[in-house]
Amino acid sequence: MTPAIELVDVTKIYRRFSGRQFATLKSALLQRSILRDLSPSETFPALQHVSFSVTSGRTFGVIGRNGSGKSTALKLVAGITKPTSGRVTVRGRVSALIELGAGFHPEISGRENVFINGIMLGLSKREIAERFDAIVEFAELERFIDAPVKTYSSGMYMRLGFAVAIHVDPDLLLVDEVLAVGDEAFTHKCLDKFAEFRRRGKTILLVTHSLAVVERFCDEALWLEGGRVSAQGDPRRVVDAYLTAVEKSEEEQLAVTTARAVAAASAHTHAADELPVVIEERPERAEGSTEGGTEGVQDMFRATEGRWGSREVEIVHVDLIDHQGEASFILHSGEPMSVRLAVHAYAPVDDFVFGISFFNADGVCCYGTNTYLEQMSPVRLSGDAQVVFDVAALDLVEGTYKLDVAVHKRDGYPYDYHRLLYTFRMKSRTHDVGIYRPHHRWVFSGDVVFSNPQL
Amino acid sequence: MFGNLAQLFRYRGLIQSLVARELKARYRGSVLGFLWSFINPLLLLGIYSFIFTTIMPNRVEGVQPYALFMLCGILPWTWFSASLTEAAGSLIAGGNLIKKVLFPAEVLPLVSVLANMVHFALALPIVAIFLVVYQHIPDGPGLLWLPVVVAVQLVFTSGLALALAALTVHFRDIRDILANLLMLWFFATPIIYPWSQKEVAAFRRFFDLNPFTHLAVSYQEILFFDGPVGHWRWLLALGVGSIGVFLAGYWVFDRLRDSFAEVV
Repeated sequence: MTPAIELVDVTKIYRRFSGRQFATLKSALLQRSILRDLSPSETFPALQHVSFSVTSGRTFGVIGRNGSGKSTALKLVAGITKPTSGRVTVRGRVSALIELGAGFHPEISGRENVFINGIMLGLSKREIAERFDAIVEFAELERFIDAPVKTYSSGMYMRLGFAVAIHVDPDLLLVDEVLAVGDEAFTHKCLDKFAEFRRRGKTILLVTHSLAVVERFCDEALWLEGGRVSAQGDPRRVVDAYLTAVEKSEEEQLAVTTARAVAAASAHTHAADELPVVIEERPERAEGSTEGGTEGVQDMFRATEGRWGSREVEIVHVDLIDHQGEASFILHSGEPMSVRLAVHAYAPVDDFVFGISFFNADGVCCYGTNTYLEQMSPVRLSGDAQVVFDVAALDLVEGTYKLDVAVHKRDGYPYDYHRLLYTFRMKSRTHDVGIYRPHHRWVFSGDVVFSNPQL
Repeated sequence: MFGNLAQLFRYRGLIQSLVARELKARYRGSVLGFLWSFINPLLLLGIYSFIFTTIMPNRVEGVQPYALFMLCGILPWTWFSASLTEAAGSLIAGGNLIKKVLFPAEVLPLVSVLANMVHFALALPIVAIFLVVYQHIPDGPGLLWLPVVVAVQLVFTSGLALALAALTVHFRDIRDILANLLMLWFFATPIIYPWSQKEVAAFRRFFDLNPFTHLAVSYQEILFFDGPVGHWRWLLALGVGSIGVFLAGYWVFDRLRDSFAEVV
C-alpha cells in the first residue's frame, strides 16, 4: 500500500523574533538592522528528526503532552507550515479540521459562509451547491442558515464548520482535537462520521488528548514527546507507554507537593502551639470519621492541611505502596495498595489509636477508620514501629485524593495528627464516577449484544 | 515565485467570492446598504462644491466646476489609499485563516484592492451624471483610455499592497506610518489643484517622480478636460513600471510568506 502521508526526518524550528516585537521600522532603518531583524534571534525546535508514514486507509492517532509538537506535525501535513528540513509527502485531497469555521465572516449568513468556506477548502461552487443540503442537515441548522453567523452560538458555529469541512470529502482528513468542542450528541455524530470515513477507506490523522478515542478508533498511534517520536505502533501499547510516562512525571509532581506540605505543616507546628484548640476539636472527629461525609466536609473547611499533636508518639514517615510493592503517589483502581507509617514513641505508651482516612478532591471523606473503631485494645507501643494499613483492592474512582494519618489517645488527645498532607492520584481505565466502585459485573440475558464485551 | 504567481490564477474563484463577501459584509446591517457607495461620493461632491464656490471661491479658468474636477482625482485616490490601508492590516486581520487553514495568503491584500476598486467603479456613474449635467461630456476616443488607467492603477496598487501586507506582519507600525505617508502623498499629487497651474510647473521634476501624478492627471484628462488625452506616454511608461512594482511587491511577499503562519 502506498503511504498517504510520509514524513522523512522532519525538523521544524520555530523562529522566535524576541525583542523585535517592539522594534520599530524606524529604528530598524536607522540602525540598518532590517536584514538582521528579519532573521530570527532565537529558535525553538518543535519537531526534531520525526519520521512516520501513514498507510492509505488507516486511522492514525498522534498523542503527547501539550507542547510536544502534535499540532505542528498536523500543520506540516496540512501544508500550512513548511518543514525546516526533511520531507513531507501527502497524497490526495486534504481537509484539515484544525479550527472549525476559521474562515467564517460574522456579518454574513450561514449560507454564504458555507459557500465561501467550501471554496477556501478547495470545492467548486457547483460541488458546494450539490452538498449544501447535506451540510445544513448535518449541522442541524436548517432554521438558522440564513441568519448572520454572528448570531450563532459557539456550538452552532462549530457544527457548521465541522459540517463544511467533512463534506469536502477528502481522501485524507486531519483532525486536531475538535472532539473536545460541542456537546455529547455532536461528539458522537463526529465519531460516527469518522467511522464512516474509515469504512470508505479514507485516511484519518487524529491529534487528540482523548486516549480512549485513540484506543478505540486508531489502527496505529504515534507518541510525540518534546518534538521527538517516543513510541509508534499498536495504539494500546503506545497509549500504555504514554500513560506510564505521564504517571511518572505526575508522580514526581505529587512527591514535590507532598514533601512541601509536610515541611510546611511541620514548620507551622514548631512555630505556634495550637494544641488546646485542637484537643477540643478531636473527639468530634474521632466519632465522625467513619460516620459519613458531612462531618468531613465541614472539617475540610475548618482545617485544610496541617499537622498537630503532642509528639509523644510521632509519625516519622508515611509511604503509599503500590501493587508492585514500591512507594508511589500513583495508584491504580482495583489494585492492592497499602499505607505504611513509620512511628516512633519517645516513651512507652499504653493508650494509642492509629487512624487513617481518604478524602477526595471535593473534600468528601471516602473512607475513614481507626484501630479503636475496629475494637483493637492498645497495650504497649514503644520505640520504633511500623504500621501498615493494607488494602486488598482499593476501589476508588479516578481522581486526586488526600490522606489523613494520625496516632492519638482513645479520648482523641493527639500525639501526631497529619491532616491532608499526602496527595495521591487514582488512575483508572474506566471513567466511572462517584466515590466508591463496588465490585461488580454486568449480566445480560435475552438478545443483548455488544461488539466488545467486557474483558 | 512564478509558480506561486501562476497559482494565483487558480484562486480567482476564491478571490471573487471573497470580494463579494467583503462588499456584502460592509453594508450588511445598514439601512441604505449598497446606496452608500453612491451617497458617499455625492456627499463629497456637495461639500467640495459648497467650499469652492461659496467659502473659498476658486475661479481658475478652464477648471470649472472646481468640485467636479477634484472629484475626478479624489475617487481614484480613495481607491488607492483605502486599498493600501486595508491591505496593510489584511494579513493580521486574517491571521486565523493563515494559521489554521491552508490558504493562499496573497489573496487577502488583493481582495482589499479589488473590493475598493468595486467601490470606485460604483462611484463612476455619479461622476458621469454630473459630467453630463455640467456639459463636460468626455470625448469617445479619450474614454478608451479609462480601462487602461484603471488597469495600470490596479497593478501598481496591488504591488504596493502585497509588499505592505507582508512587511506589516513584521513591523506593525507600518500601519501608522502609512496613514501619515498617504496624507503627505495626497497633497503632493495634483488632485485638489490642477496640474496646469503655473506654481506646479516650477516643481515639475518633483511631480514627475510621483507615480500617482500621472494616474491623477490621466483621470482628469480622460474624464474632465476637453480634447485628446495628452498624458498617455507617461501613462504607458507608468504601466510598464507598475508591472515592475507588482513583481517586486510579490517577490517581497513570497520571501516572507513562510513566516506569516508563525508571526501573525
